[in-house]
Amino acid sequence: MSDLTLTAPIPTVRRPSAALGRLRQFGLALIVPALLLLGWHLAVKAGMSRLIPSPYAVAEYMVDFAWGGIWDDAFSATLHQHLLASASRVYGGFILAALVAVPLGIMIGRVPLVRDLLDPFLQLMRPIPVTAWLPLSMILFGLGATSAFFLVFLGAFYPILLNTIFGVRGVEPRLFEAASMLGCRGNAQTFKVVLPAAMPSIFTGLRLGLGLAWFVIVVGEMTGVPQGLGAVIMDGRTLSRTELVICGMIVIGIAGYLSDRVILALMQRALRWSPQHHG
Amino acid sequence: MAEIPILEIKSVSKRFTLQGQVIDALRDANLTVAKGEFICLIGASGCGKSTLLRIVAGFEGVTSGEALMWGKPIEGPAPDRGMVFQDYGLFPWLTVKDNIAFGPKSRGRPAGEVSATVDRFVDMIGLGKFANVWPHQLSGGMKQRVAIARVLANDAEMVLMDEPFGALDAMTRERLQDELLDIWQRTGLTVLFVTHSIEEAIFLADRVVVMEPGPGRIASEVRIELPRPRDVSSPEFNDVRRMLGARLHSHHAPKAA
Repeated sequence: MSDLTLTAPIPTVRRPSAALGRLRQFGLALIVPALLLLGWHLAVKAGMSRLIPSPYAVAEYMVDFAWGGIWDDAFSATLHQHLLASASRVYGGFILAALVAVPLGIMIGRVPLVRDLLDPFLQLMRPIPVTAWLPLSMILFGLGATSAFFLVFLGAFYPILLNTIFGVRGVEPRLFEAASMLGCRGNAQTFKVVLPAAMPSIFTGLRLGLGLAWFVIVVGEMTGVPQGLGAVIMDGRTLSRTELVICGMIVIGIAGYLSDRVILALMQRALRWSPQHHG
Repeated sequence: MAEIPILEIKSVSKRFTLQGQVIDALRDANLTVAKGEFICLIGASGCGKSTLLRIVAGFEGVTSGEALMWGKPIEGPAPDRGMVFQDYGLFPWLTVKDNIAFGPKSRGRPAGEVSATVDRFVDMIGLGKFANVWPHQLSGGMKQRVAIARVLANDAEMVLMDEPFGALDAMTRERLQDELLDIWQRTGLTVLFVTHSIEEAIFLADRVVVMEPGPGRIASEVRIELPRPRDVSSPEFNDVRRMLGARLHSHHAPKAA
């Protein structure tokens, strides 16, 4: 009867130690940031740098940045506008990159002609950093949001493309044989075999791509846009408002982290079938 | 007999070139299979038994000769010849149910018919409780049941099995052999079964095709006349085992039952 034993799914029993384990994990994760914060506080207090505000000053400014009522300057209570502006560029550029890179990656992976046509060119373009594209992008798309959008697109494009190609090329040949003997042949295999089989790699690419989109947003918003977290950081720099710069950095960090959590959750949901991804 | 056989292999040869070396995987093979027959192909590795099966499946072309199904040349894989692989070849992203539904859906069967077919075959292989489970959650024996059901649900006339039970433990293997015979007797399928186990071949087959390597070829055919259900511990079974073992040029004495 051994083959009737189900190896999974095991109903998720929440043992009392599980909650404790979580708390411990959370506590451990807090140690390094807390130490850094303390070191920062002490360093400022000791007068090691006049240009860096204390953690408390930054926190106070963050509250003003988010809700206003403390300093009432040009940046008070504007966090949501900047965040929205940046997020729309990040997600816009990212979604566009995904819409182009995934089908293109599938074609490059599946069709030798397309691969020979595009792969060498793309490999040549890939090492060029997004920052290097900045001047050209401003000439092509002008000063403003389109340039930022383009740079984010560029940043997210390659990881999605390369991982899609990798996933498509790695589909087990056995699965094509299985599909064709069951009556699924030719182009139908692209959607019924290649796409689902490559999904784990595609998701890895999407996750890296979205991370990079947040990563390049500051560069993207150096193109002279009035709003956006990158613009705030650049303004902070020119105005020597270091607390503003740090606030911008923190918000990007948190926003990038949260959006990674979202895509991770989507990934685990979509890839429940894969032993590497469930749970 | 003027009747057209379900499968005819006529002087089929298959030659591969591997790293500049020419390999005769199969030379001048001839085999005729009648509808409803259970054929086992047996032989040492390199004897071309898997190659022959893959030619019938349509995964490989022939270098010379002809492979005919119902008198027509085999051109590529098709649902009338379902393959069961040793490594299952299930789609990991589809549940048991959806794996079985894959074939009928691909062939554009109406949804109502597909779900009725799926339910029937899920019950047949006794996996009703696991219908909505993914392959990675199943044991090897369960996966192979799904692979068999997937082929049957797609109206295969001929089932091609490439050492399907080779990766399973002995107990599971015996159970699946019984279940396979049961299905075969109920449905009138034609089965082409590759194995390297003499006992398995004798237990299952109407006819055992003995193959030899270097170059891969069919050496002889043995009709197994033992009445079914066969008893692997009977003296008659042992006689056949001894005879087949000798034909396979085995260096080992036949295993005692």
